[in-house]
Amino acid sequence: MSTTLELSLPTPAASATPAPSRSYWRVVGRQLRRDPMALAAGLVLLLIVGAAVLAPWLAPADPYKASMLKRLLPIGSPGFLLGSDELGRDMLSRLMHGGRLSLLMGVVPVLAAFGIGTAIGLLAGYVGGRLNMVIMRVLDVFYAFPSVLLAVAISGALGPGMSNSLIALTLVFVPQVVRVAESVTTQVRQLDYIEAARMSGASAFSIIRVHVLGNVLGPVFVYATGLLSVSMILASGLSFLGLGVKPPEPEWGLMLNTLRSAIYVNPWIAALPGALIFITSIAFNLLADSVRSAMDIRR
Amino acid sequence: MNSAPLPPSPVHDRGSPAQPLLVVRDLKKHFPVRGGPLERTKKFVHAVDGVSFSVPKGKTLGIVGESGCGKSTTARLIARLMQADSGSMVFDGEGVDEFGGIRLKEFRRNLQMVFQDSFASLNPRLTIAETIAYGPRVHGMPAAEAKRQAHDLLARVGLAPAQFASRYPHELSGGQRQRVNIARALAFDPRLVILDEAVAALDKSVQAQVLNLLQELKAERQLTYLFISHDLHVVHYISDYVMVMYLGQVVETGPVERIYGQAAHPYTRALLSAVPSMDPDRRTESSPLAGDPPNPINPPSGCRFRDRCPHAHPVCEARTPALIGIAGEPAHQAACHLNDPASGHPGALPETQA
Amino acid sequence: MFAYLIKRLIYAIPIALSVTVVSFVLVYLAPGDPLNAIAPADAPEEVIVALKSAYGLDKPVPVQYGLWLMRAVQGDLGTSIASGRAVTAEVLSAVSNTLLLAGMAALGGVLVGCVLGALAGYRHGTWIDRVATVISVIGVSIPHYWLGLVLTILFSIWLPWFPAMGAGPGGSSEWLWDAEHLRHLVLPALTLSVIPMGIITRTVRALVADMLEQEFVTALRARGLSGIAIFRHIAKNTAPTVLAVAGLQIGYLMGGSILVETVFAWPGTGFLLNTAIFQRDIPLLQGTILVLCMFFVVLNLLVDILQPLIDPRMGRS
Repeated sequence: MSTTLELSLPTPAASATPAPSRSYWRVVGRQLRRDPMALAAGLVLLLIVGAAVLAPWLAPADPYKASMLKRLLPIGSPGFLLGSDELGRDMLSRLMHGGRLSLLMGVVPVLAAFGIGTAIGLLAGYVGGRLNMVIMRVLDVFYAFPSVLLAVAISGALGPGMSNSLIALTLVFVPQVVRVAESVTTQVRQLDYIEAARMSGASAFSIIRVHVLGNVLGPVFVYATGLLSVSMILASGLSFLGLGVKPPEPEWGLMLNTLRSAIYVNPWIAALPGALIFITSIAFNLLADSVRSAMDIRR
Repeated sequence: MNSAPLPPSPVHDRGSPAQPLLVVRDLKKHFPVRGGPLERTKKFVHAVDGVSFSVPKGKTLGIVGESGCGKSTTARLIARLMQADSGSMVFDGEGVDEFGGIRLKEFRRNLQMVFQDSFASLNPRLTIAETIAYGPRVHGMPAAEAKRQAHDLLARVGLAPAQFASRYPHELSGGQRQRVNIARALAFDPRLVILDEAVAALDKSVQAQVLNLLQELKAERQLTYLFISHDLHVVHYISDYVMVMYLGQVVETGPVERIYGQAAHPYTRALLSAVPSMDPDRRTESSPLAGDPPNPINPPSGCRFRDRCPHAHPVCEARTPALIGIAGEPAHQAACHLNDPASGHPGALPETQA
Repeated sequence: MFAYLIKRLIYAIPIALSVTVVSFVLVYLAPGDPLNAIAPADAPEEVIVALKSAYGLDKPVPVQYGLWLMRAVQGDLGTSIASGRAVTAEVLSAVSNTLLLAGMAALGGVLVGCVLGALAGYRHGTWIDRVATVISVIGVSIPHYWLGLVLTILFSIWLPWFPAMGAGPGGSSEWLWDAEHLRHLVLPALTLSVIPMGIITRTVRALVADMLEQEFVTALRARGLSGIAIFRHIAKNTAPTVLAVAGLQIGYLMGGSILVETVFAWPGTGFLLNTAIFQRDIPLLQGTILVLCMFFVVLNLLVDILQPLIDPRMGRS
């Protein structure tokens, strides 16, 4: 059919059977499943989250039931597998129930910042110009505050309480997420496929939804997973300072605070809630590292 | 082959066949350069500085020049990916984005572009069929129809749909990706395709395949090409007309054989002699083009090429040469005082020999 | 170079100003009348009116900000509600304690992080590399307030080596450079030093490993340069990045000290903030945050100024 140079199909012989095509996220998922570190971290998180979610059904005792006679029982006491706290409440049950609030307070700000920050970052990066400059300069102000100080200052000014610490933590993370989303969007926006999409006469909304978002979400997601561990530590830290959850609610940071005086009586009981924060935080960090390297495979 | 050619698209001419498909008049784009806070005067890069040309229907105009001469900016200005500072365009007899002329959206649909970087021009998160179908879908084509069309186009550019449609860009070779980009451009049934260094990143053998595909598609669909390249061999092979740019201006334009046979501008001759020739009798002893192009922020006065030109004369500094027709071939124009006996350049002859 | 310094200094001004704005706005974030920040709730009517005009609370908010800023610049941050003392005096004595703690922790953390990271980078893939990796993961994951508790249990209760509370004997808040005071410093400084240590180890390890793979190092080796000479090259090239990371980490460390000071009853700004928050002592809160943030702004400025000075690439241009 062609009279010009041989116009043969550039088909390699090996692909006689169509190779199963893999979407980016599926490749990432498979990569993660092959990563022993990711599996271990995932398993630990699954256990902790499972214990927290199912606490009302799984916990052996009522986490609020105090008993003056059974205060600070050591680990392994009969009926108190992990001992009891300064008011004689069952530690195991309180730790399981405590996970609910601790995880909630750690994860919600990151989710909120992920949503809000991505939206602002996309806007700043895609529109560019003066709007971008204004948004980024305003965010620079937040960068003038160390994150712990900012969280303490905001929730301190708003007054102690769970919702106020959630707001404070979200405000701490939003600028960081915006920065990442903005820089990735600015890079993506300059790529030829965005120009090709503009050539097709698509609206800015359609281009952002189909072409920009999909390519920005990945790096922002990686960054946000990295924030989970920081958020856990900060959220429990606020409760530890008395700025977050109020007694008698079980929450790991608050438990750490109220058990502080018990270190002279039964130190290892006092260390338990913090150990859980630590384990959760390490698991989040390892998982974030694995997600980062899994998503690094191809751009 | 296993690709059934699509029926050739009907040509929707508005003007007569002799009407050039695209006429560009005095296109200008100056980029402001950010100076220090203490610098008063704003500086500009004269990226495209008064470019005018026309492309006849069904022909290929090759645009050549060194990197930084403004050829890619010209392409982006025409595609309206960038707003020109001034200048006008007439598409098939109708002013683009003018009152009573062709609407911008309509113009864009008639014009598509293929970029140099085959990877950067494909969204890595979409399958290639999705990428091709995206444009028509945006314009309201039903999903099933857009998909079918995408498969047909893939087949036409030589990629078996069963095998390639659901692949992702990273699973293809550079040549295959560039075929996808061509298929995407064709999805709108455009009349003008701008190929911006479209084969520059490909291996020589793949380049030949893609160039042949482009030639076939052009004949089959009555396409008009604007072919931008720094590769003079490729431009020679594919173009009907050639336009040579230097520092944001057109220095010479004409039919391809005139340019390659009897170039009238010293810059064109220098460019061509820098290309290794297959003919040992035409071997050049020394490269006539020394140094880098001057700074586009402060281009030289008069003829911009005079700093590097072996024939430079005070008149070149004093007066800017206009693009004028060469005696005997009005389609061949050059902007050099040597071709104008009235210019006062001592080297100017009634008829210059190449 | 000089132009860069000027530019950077000018750039710091709006940042510093906006920090004052945020600190000022904190009062309005607080629920209730901003007057609560100044007058006790049970103050008689005429006192409230007098205070209102004295503090300019009857004027529009921007004017109030201006007045507040004028006073702050002159060193007057108001009066603490809890103690009745001048906020400036309270904050300055607390800040000096915090800076002492943070400085020691930063010194230790950055030094250990650099050594550990460099060793891990040099001996890429060996046991020391794995140890460094584990330490850096622990460093970035550990809740430092909990680490403080664990260290207290280990080295104050189980092994009674160091005191668990305070900055000196008898709960004194005056610092002296003697053995007794230094013993009080060990545990909180050790706890805080973990904050920069993890990140610094990780950064240095990556930088050194990366640098060793670069061609110029191979070229230096080929020219027969000794290990020490190569190390000097690497140190020169990694120093700017490490400095930038360290600067940022010291800032975090100043923030983190709020929690650690609470654990060890260290009489610093963390302690002060705690008091301010729970006694609703807004001038004290405002003043403490303002002073801490100004230190952070100055720290960032110093890092930005120092970084190009030690960057071998900038020196030539």
